[in-house]
Amino acid sequence: MAAPELHRFTLPNGLRVVLAPDRTAPVVGVSVHYDVGFRSEPEGRTGFAHLFEHLMFQGSESLEKLAHFRHVQSSGGTFNGSTHPDYTDYFETLPSAALERALFLEADRMRAPRITQENLNNQIDVVKEEIRLRVLNTPYGGFPWIWLPPVLYSTFPNAHNGYGDFTELEQANLDDCAQFFDTYYAPGNAVLTVAGDFAVAHATELVNKHFGDVPARPTPARPSFAEPHPQGEQRAVHEDPHAPLPALAVGYRLPDPGTDLDGYLANVVLAAVLSDGDASRLQQRMVHREPLVTDISVGAGLFGPLDARDPDTFTVTAMHSPEVSEDRILGVLDDELEKLAATGPQEDELARVAARWAASMHREHDRITSRTLSFGASELLHGRAELASELPERIRAVTTEQVAAAAKALRPDSRAVLVVPAAGGNK
Amino acid sequence: MTTTSYRTAEQIGHTEQGPRPLPALGEQTAAAQPSLVDTVLPNGLRVIAVRKESVPMVEVRLRIPFAGTERLHSARAEVLANTLLTGTERRDRAQFDTDLAAVGGDLSSVVDPERLSVGGSALASGLDVLLDVLADALTGAVYRDEEVARESERLVERITMARSQPSVIAREALQKHRYGDHPFAKEMPEAAEIGEVTPEQVRALHKASVLPRGSLLVLVGDIDPDAAVATVGTVLSGWQSDASAVELPALPVLTPGDVRLVHRPGAVQSQIRLSAQTLPRTDPGYSALQVANLVYGGYFSSRLVENIREDKGYTYGAHSYFEFTKDNATVLVEADTASGVTPAAFWETRYELGRLVLSPPSASEVDNARQYAIGSLLTSTSSQAGLCATLAALGALGLSYEWLRDQPMRIADVTVEQVTEAAEKYFAPTKFTGIVVGDADVLAPQFRAIGGVVLP
Repeated sequence: MAAPELHRFTLPNGLRVVLAPDRTAPVVGVSVHYDVGFRSEPEGRTGFAHLFEHLMFQGSESLEKLAHFRHVQSSGGTFNGSTHPDYTDYFETLPSAALERALFLEADRMRAPRITQENLNNQIDVVKEEIRLRVLNTPYGGFPWIWLPPVLYSTFPNAHNGYGDFTELEQANLDDCAQFFDTYYAPGNAVLTVAGDFAVAHATELVNKHFGDVPARPTPARPSFAEPHPQGEQRAVHEDPHAPLPALAVGYRLPDPGTDLDGYLANVVLAAVLSDGDASRLQQRMVHREPLVTDISVGAGLFGPLDARDPDTFTVTAMHSPEVSEDRILGVLDDELEKLAATGPQEDELARVAARWAASMHREHDRITSRTLSFGASELLHGRAELASELPERIRAVTTEQVAAAAKALRPDSRAVLVVPAAGGNK
Repeated sequence: MTTTSYRTAEQIGHTEQGPRPLPALGEQTAAAQPSLVDTVLPNGLRVIAVRKESVPMVEVRLRIPFAGTERLHSARAEVLANTLLTGTERRDRAQFDTDLAAVGGDLSSVVDPERLSVGGSALASGLDVLLDVLADALTGAVYRDEEVARESERLVERITMARSQPSVIAREALQKHRYGDHPFAKEMPEAAEIGEVTPEQVRALHKASVLPRGSLLVLVGDIDPDAAVATVGTVLSGWQSDASAVELPALPVLTPGDVRLVHRPGAVQSQIRLSAQTLPRTDPGYSALQVANLVYGGYFSSRLVENIREDKGYTYGAHSYFEFTKDNATVLVEADTASGVTPAAFWETRYELGRLVLSPPSASEVDNARQYAIGSLLTSTSSQAGLCATLAALGALGLSYEWLRDQPMRIADVTVEQVTEAAEKYFAPTKFTGIVVGDADVLAPQFRAIGGVVLP
């Protein structure tokens, strides 16, 4: 597929806009990415960025509580939002006739969200149910994204639990909300993305009409979350009362995608060579040949490749039987990394990774919601929505030497190891 | 104190201009009608091939009716599904993956009490390779002893993991409550049963049940439908049998009754699961029922979600949805709630069922639900993967692309009276049965007081 033609402009109030027209199906995707994630939430308010995401759905000046949901859905659309380490996104996918309505809804809550004590109390309860559902009442809840970072990182922004502590969620008040909104939800701190079935001139006019008079506000200086790499291997144990089998997570630091994108992408290829598909090195050896683990998975980026700025995490996770020790698994992992560091992957391994990446990008971009979100996140985090389409080419250009260098950098003396024992197995 | 000043929440929520009017909807263009072929091959396999050129990919879904009544059927079927793509005379496990990866491809297989499903995708230029790999497995899977042994080990561990999930515990309890010993209720074998499965049994099951007649293959992508069907005919010409793939035995009609409380000691959250008999998708009354379901709990702007999530904060998500099998359909209602509020959430869930009958959906509720049903069908079938999955699900019920094409018109024609009638007939609380999984020590006193729940 030819990369879609992208149009971008910036409104006088600072809002960056990306338009990605594609008229093959009569649907549109609209998203707003705000440049604030859970890494920016204040100490003592863990989980606040996510809680605030919920509050942005609770009405705005022109929209009563529940109206946002009803207007999107009664236009035939679907909606959602999500909170990541470095950004929070809000999005709708709708039949193309509803484009102006979606822009209106996003502009209204960017201009004047309706934040009330009643809605705050209600959404604290809803978020607590979400945490019970996803973390407290389920095996491997929050594994590894909540429990690995505090082992690998030592500063609050990088190490803390982005879902939040119940007692801290309960302390959130309206002043916290107002301050958070005024600081981070300025139009100059956001990217609006519109993808799908529209004419560029018409969409530009509608964007100006609805977002043009959102008042400009100062945008916060973006903090650096940089911290030193860990000295020595850091180990910790996380007790999971529901886990039927032991699990293991290993975290390493990734290169900064902002200054060393090629180095970062070499890690993306390395992860695929290690664990993507039955022919990959760790699947073959650890799951089938020796067998040591039930399942293993390796990935660059705790929330996915290029989904955060520096620092981000290269992650290995495995579920294994209680008879296999974590040190045996780590030994085989180190052995395979040493082999790759010495000679790099074979050409056919690189070709497989490249073909699967191209295919997975096509599939992702065929779904209007994922296409919209991937352009928006790329523009916000990396300044280039085009990156989302260029990745297959850049992945194809990664050399065996670059992958070898990436493998060499994953050193046992600078990593985090998180052990989850089987429930009751630690007595 | 810092010198920076922030507005208050009250100030943030207001502008000088005040509230603005909601823009009207624009003109909606219809989705292009794709070219397609829907045919039955000489071996009895139905093939639907659709040209959809949005990206240079092709999606494939194969559905083989795969029911069985023998004690070990579920265990054998699970082992078969997990080893189908691990070896033939021509390929071992790694070769399968290597060949697929070369064309950006993936294939995987899963089994449920009704069918064996094989699905995947590849770059459209690799369609021949994808079909060759699929045909190789269907006609030549050998189930090597060591692959069967290793996958059986993994299955035992995966079953253990699955049964520690509250959602799985609740589903198993509900299926047992609804269908007892019927094969439909057994979605996962016992770990011990896996240990009884031999490679010979898996090979015999493949021979007896991996059959083209009565099965369905759907291809959607940047393909020429005629050429794709011709290729399928050629590569699958060796897949032959006079026997037909095995359909699930008819399901009994659900009996309404009390809800059963299943004890899960120490649970911090409970699973509420209710269910009632409804109409099959092929029934002319289905569209009105679909709208009634949306109004009740079928989408976010439903009475149930607005009550127990947005008003009371009892749950993160509540849903009601249909479960279709070949000639049968039920509606399921689900919510997970903290133990302290579970009886209250249960009460509200039943209350909203009663209210759907006593205060039937208004014209605007019906209109909103209709628009959502039409629009979400459009967006969910706008990708190759979405369209392929939808056609495979419809095809398994005996429906074709024409049903999908005409469904928006049928939904648009549904009247408030028809929705009211459907609500009365199928959503009355007296039509339902179900289960609640949770900590009985916490839940029992309040459930005993409100009644309608059988305590453990």
